[in-house]
Amino acid sequence: MAGLSLTNIHKSYGKVDVIKGVDLTIEHGEFVVFVGPSGCGKSTLLRMIAGLEDITEGELKIGDRVVNQVQPRDRGVAMVFQSYALYPHMTVYDNVGFGLLLAKTPKPERDAKIMEAARILQMEHLLDRKPAQLSGGQRQRVAIGRAIVRKPDVFLFDEPLSNLDASLRLDMRSEISKLHNSLGATMIYVTHDQVEAMTLADKIVVLNGGVVQQVGSPLELYHKPANLFVAGFIGSPKMNLLPVKVTDLSADTMTLASEALEPITLPRRDGIGQGDSLTLGVRPHQLLKDGTKRIAGKVDLVERLGNETIISAILPSGETVLAALAGDVAIALNDDIALNFDPDEICLFNAEGNAV
Amino acid sequence: MKLTPTKSLQNHPLAGWSLAGPAIFLITLFLIVPFILAFTLSFTNQRLISPNPTEFVGMRNFEQLLGVGTLVLQPETDEAGALVRDATGELSYPRVRDYTRNNADYPQLDGKREWLSWNWGDAKVYVLASDVVFMKALGNTFLFVLFVAPIQAGLALLLAVLINQKLKGINIFRAIYFMPVVVSIVVVSLLWRFIYSGQSGLLNNMLGFLSFGAFKPVDWLGNPATALWSILAMSVWQGVGFHMVIWLSGLQTIPASLYEAADIEGATTWQKFRYVTWPGLRNTAVLILIVITMQAFSLFSQIDVMTGGGPVDSTQTMVFQAVERGYGQQNIAGGSAISVILFLIVLTISMAQRYLTRERNR
Repeated sequence: MAGLSLTNIHKSYGKVDVIKGVDLTIEHGEFVVFVGPSGCGKSTLLRMIAGLEDITEGELKIGDRVVNQVQPRDRGVAMVFQSYALYPHMTVYDNVGFGLLLAKTPKPERDAKIMEAARILQMEHLLDRKPAQLSGGQRQRVAIGRAIVRKPDVFLFDEPLSNLDASLRLDMRSEISKLHNSLGATMIYVTHDQVEAMTLADKIVVLNGGVVQQVGSPLELYHKPANLFVAGFIGSPKMNLLPVKVTDLSADTMTLASEALEPITLPRRDGIGQGDSLTLGVRPHQLLKDGTKRIAGKVDLVERLGNETIISAILPSGETVLAALAGDVAIALNDDIALNFDPDEICLFNAEGNAV
Repeated sequence: MKLTPTKSLQNHPLAGWSLAGPAIFLITLFLIVPFILAFTLSFTNQRLISPNPTEFVGMRNFEQLLGVGTLVLQPETDEAGALVRDATGELSYPRVRDYTRNNADYPQLDGKREWLSWNWGDAKVYVLASDVVFMKALGNTFLFVLFVAPIQAGLALLLAVLINQKLKGINIFRAIYFMPVVVSIVVVSLLWRFIYSGQSGLLNNMLGFLSFGAFKPVDWLGNPATALWSILAMSVWQGVGFHMVIWLSGLQTIPASLYEAADIEGATTWQKFRYVTWPGLRNTAVLILIVITMQAFSLFSQIDVMTGGGPVDSTQTMVFQAVERGYGQQNIAGGSAISVILFLIVLTISMAQRYLTRERNR
């Protein structure tokens, strides 16, 4: 069992930089999720931790040991692949026990460990089947079983659920979460699905273009995104982003307004000057239809989900805002709608896209 | 699952047949008819050109080809029962001819000649065959297959594993290893005749050079002890590139993630080959073994160009004999019979290989 530390990690393929200096500390027992759009380098980073990719520059420590030059097998990691990577000619029993066999674990001990893993994952009845005779979810279970029998210091998951259908994904997600609680091991999990990230993680690492955008707990990222990218990436439906201007500035308040927005006055924040252009971020779930008008527009889409109603409205300035209103709201297409929000809950971003 | 029928062709059977027609005609003419002819002719005494009418002779061709018998000869003794020895102390034996020529006591050996012999205590054991040349051809062919199949398959796999790496310039090696395949076997055979030449062949010169003149030149193709092995080595060299490519295609179907998983689980290079690569190549291995076996059984061009079956029948093979008899000696029935025997052998072996390498479910 061990934590990890990544210091100024770089990865380049020839002249192409894929990972551009990642610094990260992962505590022992933490569940960390790397999330980001495809091509952001999250899988590459995971494979570098596993030892499947060389580290171009920087230092990777697992526990107290620098492992840059250590073979994958000696790093004390286990990995679950997106494609499961089960050996097709071996039974589930042999697949799960393969690492133990290679480590020359005595047969009785091996048997006990395999049975233990099978019990944890409830797949005792599958042990003498071949991967081809299993469903996607069962294969994923076997792949996880193969990882847990070896009692690794660190578990690595590379988009393990993306080949499963939606309902199965939900089940496996909660199983992985339970597994983390019962094993107490360090887990690093890569996904492009922000819902998976939000539900599983102790700590989320948002990556974009090979650069860490923000590291924090799921709610930290949700309520206090560090920049526009994180604001847009975390949360579903996406955060509404509206351009606003600072129209008035006093010693401890500031007033924001735009064509679409009724002026709002907030406590003054640092680094803001009179006349600055800012971006105001407000989540669809923070918008309310209570008669008070802060923004108003014409409804151009209504989606009724039963427990909530998602409304898309076009503002006079041409922007579209999404509002997720609780319950079944009486509204029709092309109606005019006035929306309210709590000014204390909003996010503000400066011209560079960073939160202020 | 129900397939949507292709309506147009089912409604117009004539169109379907006429589209398939040319192919059916050609396959019939060049594959099915010769196949049936070979079977039919092998039961007759048909000659290529003969004024006599063809007769049905039943199994006689096969009896003539495959007839074998054994003979155990005791050393000659004098009246007192002591062994007769000649001046050099060698035992003397009756002549084999006395048993195989018009000997009423041994009708089963009539017309047979010595194929193999060895000493068994004082006695001498002879294996006699009606057709010693064919028997030698049969033996040589089996020997050839027995060595070529594993050597060629193994070497091809080794090369395939070597060239299945992402290295700079790996395509150069792929091209080099594959090159002999695209050269005609006849050209290759001619070239290797120079390499193997007894006087100033490349091989003799090179071995002489490497051993600082200690190596005495060998007439590789002119010596019964080396001729078949020389042809074997050349055949492996010529064919290995082809099978390398088939192995390579098999190797590339194995997902990289399996190797990565094995890396993480602590597999060594050998263990990865043993547990990931080799099981992943099962179907390729079956294909390659069957293809090599069939190719090896049809060994002909090399023999025809390089040795013509000699020296002293040491490089006779079944196909060479089939051609030699059918066209050289105009005995088309005999040639057909050899083809039929060859067909049955290859069929049996292929089926046995398939059975032995079948996928076993526990």
